Amino acid sequence: MNLLDVSNLHASVETDDGPQPILKGLNLTVKAGEVHAIMGPNGSGKSTLANVLSGRPGYTVGGGGAMLGGNNLLDLEPFERAQIGMFLAFQYPVEIPGVSNMEFLKASIDSLARARGEEQPNTASFMRTVRELAASLDLDPAFLKRGVNEGFSGGEKKRNEIMQLLLLNPKLALLDETDSGLDIDALKVVADGVNRYRSESNGVVLITHYQRLLDYIVPDYVHVLSNGQIIESGDKSLALELEAKGYAWLT
Amino acid sequence: MSKSSVDDLVEAGSEYHAGFVTDVESETLPPGLDESVVRFISARKGEPQWLTDWRLEAFAKWREMREPNWAHVHYPPIDFQAISYYSAPKSQTDGPRSLDEVDPELLRTYEKLGIPLHEQAALAGVVPDPAAIGTPAGTNVAVDVVFDSVSIATTFKETLAAAGVIFCPISEAVHSHPELVQKYLGSVIPQRDNYYAALNSAVFSDGSFVYIPKGVRCPMELSTYFRINERNTGQFERTLIIADEGSHVSYLEGCTAPMRDENQLHAAVVELVAMGDAEIKYSTVQNWYPGDENGKGGIYNFVTKRGLCAGPRAKISWTQVETGSAITWKYPSVVLRGDESVGEFYSVALTNNRQQADTGTKMIHMGKNTKSTIVSKGISAGGSENCYRGLVRISPTAQNARNFTQCDSLLIGDQCGAHTFPYIENKNNSATVEHEASTSKVSDDQLFACQQRGIETEQAVSMIVNGFCKEVFRELPMEFAVEAGKLLEVSLEGAVG
Ligand SMILES: Nc1ncnc2c1ncn2[C@@H]1O[C@H](COP(=O)(O)OP(=O)(O)O)[C@@H](O)[C@H]1O
Ligand SMILES: [Mg+2]
Repeated sequence: MNLLDVSNLHASVETDDGPQPILKGLNLTVKAGEVHAIMGPNGSGKSTLANVLSGRPGYTVGGGGAMLGGNNLLDLEPFERAQIGMFLAFQYPVEIPGVSNMEFLKASIDSLARARGEEQPNTASFMRTVRELAASLDLDPAFLKRGVNEGFSGGEKKRNEIMQLLLLNPKLALLDETDSGLDIDALKVVADGVNRYRSESNGVVLITHYQRLLDYIVPDYVHVLSNGQIIESGDKSLALELEAKGYAWLT
Repeated sequence: MSKSSVDDLVEAGSEYHAGFVTDVESETLPPGLDESVVRFISARKGEPQWLTDWRLEAFAKWREMREPNWAHVHYPPIDFQAISYYSAPKSQTDGPRSLDEVDPELLRTYEKLGIPLHEQAALAGVVPDPAAIGTPAGTNVAVDVVFDSVSIATTFKETLAAAGVIFCPISEAVHSHPELVQKYLGSVIPQRDNYYAALNSAVFSDGSFVYIPKGVRCPMELSTYFRINERNTGQFERTLIIADEGSHVSYLEGCTAPMRDENQLHAAVVELVAMGDAEIKYSTVQNWYPGDENGKGGIYNFVTKRGLCAGPRAKISWTQVETGSAITWKYPSVVLRGDESVGEFYSVALTNNRQQADTGTKMIHMGKNTKSTIVSKGISAGGSENCYRGLVRISPTAQNARNFTQCDSLLIGDQCGAHTFPYIENKNNSATVEHEASTSKVSDDQLFACQQRGIETEQAVSMIVNGFCKEVFRELPMEFAVEAGKLLEVSLEGAVG
C-alpha cells in the first residue's frame, strides 16, 4: 500500500483579492522506505503543498484527494493528521514565548500517545531522551529550557525541527526547505538527523531549492514542481541536471 | 474550512465552575443604607465605641463623595439602596466559631471550590500530618474563610500562636488586639481615599487580620477564601496585615461567587504595613463570577489595596491572577516610604466575553534608593476590554529611585480590546524609570505549530497563554501557580470554539 497518495490535488490560497489557485492537479505517491525530493522555482507551490497536506488554515482544497496510510487527510483536523503520523518541519518555525521547548515536546508526545491509546512516557526517561537527541544535533541542553524558538538562530530553529522529527518518529515527514540558511556544518548535522530517521516503515518528502542537500540525503526520486503541477520526475541525476541548467528548460 | 483558526475560537459559552449556590440559612439585612445600618453592623459585632464612631465618620464622608468615572469601564449606575449590607450564615451568628459548628453545607462548598486538599482537611478541623497528604513540610497553609459577611473558620491557630503570629477575623481582632487595629485601621488607606474605600470603611463586614511579630518568619502560608453566596448582598471585607520589623509573611487570597443574573458589588479594602526589613508577599487568585457570555450578571469588583513600606529595606510584593468579575477596578499599590524599600506588582488579568477590567498599580517612591518592578500581563478574549492603568510617582525626596515597568497584552480574536495607560510623575532627576510595552496575538501560526505536533486546539491556546504569563506565575507560591494555570484554562473555555 502507498504511504502517501496525492491525486489530482487542486488548492488555492486565500488572499485579500480572493482565492488564488496554486496547486493545479498535483499527483504524488510515496511508498514506505522512500525519499522524494521536490524541487522547483520560488513561488511554484512547494510550501503550499506541504501546508495543504498538513491542514494549515488559509487554504481551500478545490478538488482531488490526499490519503495517508489509508486515511483521507482532507477530512481531518490538523492535530488529527499529526496523530496519524503526519509531520511538517516548518520552513519558518514560529516562536512561542514562555513555553519551554521541553514543555512543548512533552505536550506533543503526550498528545500523540493519548490519541494512539499508548502509554505516555515517564517524565524522567523522556527528558533523558530529549537531552540525548539535542546533543546528537549539536544543540546545547540549555536551549531546551528556552521558549520554543524564542531567540533561536536560524540554524537552531532548523535543528530543533529535526530533533522533533527524531523524537516523534512520524510515518511521513514533510521537510520544507529545512536546508535553507544553513552553513555546511549545520547542513551535515541536519542531513545526518534525517538519515537516522529514515527507515523501511516511513517516508520523506524533501522540499528543497538546492541540490546540495541531496548530496547528503540521497533521494529515491526527484520531482520538479512548476505552476502547481509536477512537470518532471526522475532520479537523483535530475537534480544535478537542474543545478547545471536551471528550471527554464523544463517550462 | 478548518475550525481551528483563531477567529473561530472566539465563540462564547464559557462555563463557570464555582457558580453553585449554597443552601444555608442566613440572617440577611434588608436592602438599604443609612446611619442605622452602619450602627446595626457595628452593634451586631459588639464593636467598641471608637469603631462605631469611625464607621459613622466614614459614612458621613462617603455621602459627600461621588462615584469615580475615569476608569475605562461602562456599567449602569449602581443603586446603593438596593444592596443588603449584612448577611451571615445563621449557624455562625452566635457562639464561638468552632469548626464543629460549621454547617456541613459550607464544608461541601469549600470542597466544590477546589480548596486544596490539606486546607480542606484543616477546615474540617483535622490538623494533617504533612507527610501523609504529600505536602512538603513547611508549605502548610492556614486558611481563613469569609462567607458573605462573616469569617467562618481560621485554621492552624495554635501553630501560628506558638510563633507569635496573630491570624484571625478582623472582627475578632477588634476585641483581642484593639490597640493594633485602632492604630493601623485606615492608616494606609484613609476613609476618604476614594468612594468605595469610604463605603467599605462604613459598612465593612469582616476580613482577615494578620500580625507578624518582630523577626518572625511566618511558619506557613496564610490564606483567605472569600465567597459571596447570598443574593443582592454586597461584600465589603477588610483585611489588615502588619509585618513588624524583620518579619516575613506570604498571604494568598482566593475568591469565588455563585452565578447570579444580577450584578453584585464587592468593595474590599486591603491594607498592608511592612516595617523596616519586613517582607509581605500578597497573592490573589480572583475568580468572582464574570457574568454570562452576554454580560448578564457577575461581580463588580471595586477594590482598594495598598501597602506601606514604612521602614528601610521593607518589601511588599503584590501578585494577582484575575480571571473573574464582570468589572474589575483595582490598583494594588505600594507606598515606598522607607529608604531602599522595594515594591513589586505582578499581574495577570484575563478577560473573556463581555468582561471589563481596568487594573494596574501605583508605585509611590518617597524614600532614597527605592525600587519598584511592575510586570503586567493582560489577556483579552471574546468581546472583552482589558486595560492596564499604572502610576509611577517619584517624589523629590526619592533620590536614585528606580522603576521598571513591563506591560504586555495578548489578544485572542479580533473582537476584544487592550489598552495601556502608564502615568509617570518624576520629580527627581536622579531617578531611573523604564517602561516596556508589547501587544501580541495568539496567532494562527502558533496554534498551527502546536496542532501540527498533535496538540489539540484548546490545550494549545492554554499552553500559549500560560507561556505568556510565565513571569507572573513564577511569583506565585508553588501550589497556587498550578491552580492559577488551571483557572486560566477554565476561563478560556469560552474562547475555544
Ligand atoms: N498567504 C498568501 N497570500 C498570498 N499569496 C500567497 C500566500 N501564500 C502563498 N502565496 C502565493 O502562492 C504561490 C506559491 O507559494 P509557495 O507555496 O510558498 O511557493 P514555494 O514554497 O514554492 O516558494 C506564490 O505565488 C505565493 O506568492
Ligand atoms: Mg516555500
